[in-house]
Amino acid sequence: MIKTILIISMAFLTFAIFVTIYRLVKGPSASDRIQALDVLGINIISGVAIFSVFLRNTGFFEVILLIGILSFIGTIAFARFIERGVVIERRKQSD
Amino acid sequence: MKTNDLILQTATKITVFIILAYSLNLFFAGHNTPGGGFIGGLISAAAIVLFLLAFDMKTVKKALPFDFKKVAALGLLIAALTGMGSFLFNVPFLSHTFGYFDLPIFGETELATAVLFDTGVYLVVVGVTLTIIQTIGEDDD
Repeated sequence: MIKTILIISMAFLTFAIFVTIYRLVKGPSASDRIQALDVLGINIISGVAIFSVFLRNTGFFEVILLIGILSFIGTIAFARFIERGVVIERRKQSD
Repeated sequence: MKTNDLILQTATKITVFIILAYSLNLFFAGHNTPGGGFIGGLISAAAIVLFLLAFDMKTVKKALPFDFKKVAALGLLIAALTGMGSFLFNVPFLSHTFGYFDLPIFGETELATAVLFDTGVYLVVVGVTLTIIQTIGEDDD
């Protein structure tokens, strides 16, 4: 029973990931692509969670937190690059 | 144009400590569960990278006045000395041992010398990653 539910939810999740990839390929501007990458990271988190329930294994819980942190930092770095042109500033911006 | 990163900087001040705590958890949990020195070092480097993204190079250098090349060297030294420490007990290079000790808060705990070696790995990973990022970030365009 629970296996069927997990497989069905995994199928829906795969569909969501494919739709996100469509936006990633097609997206007219860079911001669309970055948002698609962020959503893709969150979908992968839920995929890992479903998979670890499927395998009855707690060894993947670290991966969930890890993808969350890395996706957050990556999105911020891309956003900085679009807004400022540099990722890491050398000194405080004089106002 | 005057820019304002108030939301990013406030969120970073809280998130950096959560990420550092998670990296320490991964580091100490590496013996019995997934984790260890390598991934712990990478995650704490990621915390400092988030700090670099929200603020700027000068502020972070003032807040963390380490020469990260020396941190990597210190890590290598710790790893090598842990390996050589086994010579004092007439056993082969890099032999490890463990024992059970009564600690004040934790009760009976298993302490292994592999943690010392892992500390070396952790420091090398943090040092190398941040040296690469700071060297690239300081490039004059």
